[in-house]
Amino acid sequence: MLGLSNGARVARIAIAIALALTVAACSQNRNGPGAGATNVVPGSAQEFVVNVGDRVFFTTDSSQLTDVSKATLQRQAQWLLQYPRYTFTMEGHADERGTREYNIALGARRAAVTRDYLISLGIPANRMRTVSYGKERPVAVCDNASCWNQNRRAVTVLDNATN
Amino acid sequence: MVDLTGECALMAVSKIGRTGGMHMITRAGSGRLVRALTRRLAAGLAAMLVAIAVLAGGAHQAHAVLEVDVTRGVVQPLPVALVDFSGVQPDEVKVGQDIVQVITADLRNSGLFAPIDPAAFIERAIDFEGQPQFANWKVINAQALVNGRITRQPDGRLQVEFRLWDVTAGQHMTGSKYFTAPANWRRVAHIIADAIYERLTGESGYFDTRVVFVEESGPKDKRVKRLAIMDQDGANLRYLSSGRDLVLTPRFSPTSQEITYMSYATGTPQVYLFNIETGQTELVGAFQGMTFAPRFSPDGQRIIMSLQQDGNANIYAMDLRNGRTMRLTNTPAIDTSPSYAPDGRRIVFTSDRSGVEQIYVMGADGSNPQRISFGEGKYSTPVWSPRGDYIAFTKQAGGRFAIGVMRPDGSGERILTEGYHNEGPTWAPNGRVLMFFRDVPGAGGGSQLWSVDITGYNERRLQTPAWASDPAWSPLIK
Repeated sequence: MLGLSNGARVARIAIAIALALTVAACSQNRNGPGAGATNVVPGSAQEFVVNVGDRVFFTTDSSQLTDVSKATLQRQAQWLLQYPRYTFTMEGHADERGTREYNIALGARRAAVTRDYLISLGIPANRMRTVSYGKERPVAVCDNASCWNQNRRAVTVLDNATN
Repeated sequence: MVDLTGECALMAVSKIGRTGGMHMITRAGSGRLVRALTRRLAAGLAAMLVAIAVLAGGAHQAHAVLEVDVTRGVVQPLPVALVDFSGVQPDEVKVGQDIVQVITADLRNSGLFAPIDPAAFIERAIDFEGQPQFANWKVINAQALVNGRITRQPDGRLQVEFRLWDVTAGQHMTGSKYFTAPANWRRVAHIIADAIYERLTGESGYFDTRVVFVEESGPKDKRVKRLAIMDQDGANLRYLSSGRDLVLTPRFSPTSQEITYMSYATGTPQVYLFNIETGQTELVGAFQGMTFAPRFSPDGQRIIMSLQQDGNANIYAMDLRNGRTMRLTNTPAIDTSPSYAPDGRRIVFTSDRSGVEQIYVMGADGSNPQRISFGEGKYSTPVWSPRGDYIAFTKQAGGRFAIGVMRPDGSGERILTEGYHNEGPTWAPNGRVLMFFRDVPGAGGGSQLWSVDITGYNERRLQTPAWASDPAWSPLIK
């Protein structure tokens, strides 16, 4: 569905979760790219996830990009312009504290806002598609704000990533 | 379909057609009897039925309402004795016991009846051709009595007969005879339970119905979701999809054996039609973009849904006969969860055009949208009652999720249940009971199906083998 092999997808998710958990520990900095691994292959999906940051987060009910999110997306745009071989899917997500259908639309709105910002930074629209998962694909599954904050997100998923 | 025929055996029950029509029970004149019975019961049993009143007046005859006033304390269910249906052959006896078990469970689960433990019965069997010894039933406080008979026919079908008696008055109330293939004995039981419910409450029943829902398995961050269907009492569960694709929000057609739902099968979430009998799936419409939140119109000819266009979701109706679509909302907001009024002339939906989710009502052509929810918090998932009198919704306030109802003009809001997370009400076809799902929080948690009476009484969990969400109640089975 996303053009990724299962293995690649699982690996990517594992990295993303590890990153999310690490970053969640420092409360105000979770949009940041984390510690920044140095031994990743330049131009790889791993580099995108670990060093650039593949996701931005939203506050409750909001689809506005924060300054931190904009900084992340500026790094994404720079990287995506440097590696034009990638197309990608912008996934919009909501936390579980909403109703199913509304959250599907909210995830779509978050994906659209994020996509539009990348377009404004020079990424061609035909390199990306959007999809919303609403509250169907949480990355963190506890029942308090520390998890919900990680789930309200837009994730830039590279389609033809091979690592 | 089901080989199920009945005939007018005594009174008030019309023939059940093989092909057509509803399980019609002739209502002419019965409203008066019901009211009379209810009044008599109320007079004779003030404590029993103190909170039950029936709307008076000829204009309301067709909708005689069992009005349970939640402000007046606990409603006492009506004591009813159900005697195992008699039979001669062992298989007849067995079916007679099984059918009565299902009827008993239906009536008990409605919260309106208290089946009496058979251990208390003085009479064990009643001659089906004769009259019960009413004194034997009065003494154990039975108000109503049900007996019946099973007779296997030469062609292998079962003949199932039942009779309902008013114990205090010593009178026969209703009865009927059905012919069915032995495999359909559960349906006959539900149909009889509906007939009893209808005769004693003046309302149509809801036991001969099914529920379509989403079964959930696997870890919370990688849930596998499958469409599933079962009888309203949880029996006969079967799966309609494999779990390969993420599927959400199934809803029944009011007129055919079809459901509409949303699936990620192609990667782009879209609305589909699924035929329960043939297993065929069909994409609904040729929209560019994500479609979701589908529901049928009351005549089954249209599907109404949301189409995502960039950051906005708008509501569209599609005519299933000719594929024509009509755009009904046009705002830079999320407009979703549309649901028709039972007359098809108005639509209730969720919109965040005011900033947060609220409930709006508009004409079926999109005209004159009016906000109807004004309480504190967010309102979503509105569903119009099949009776037309209420709109059920999910309300989020103070970090809690409640299920409630309000009148179509927004007045009379009542919360029926409240907690960490309750969502997605669906109406029983008689508009008296709601089903919804409730989340057990936490990493190992999940959703479960619950039902509650629109008075807020009789909250019950419907057992399912795994986590379950997005229930949708069928109309009465045809």
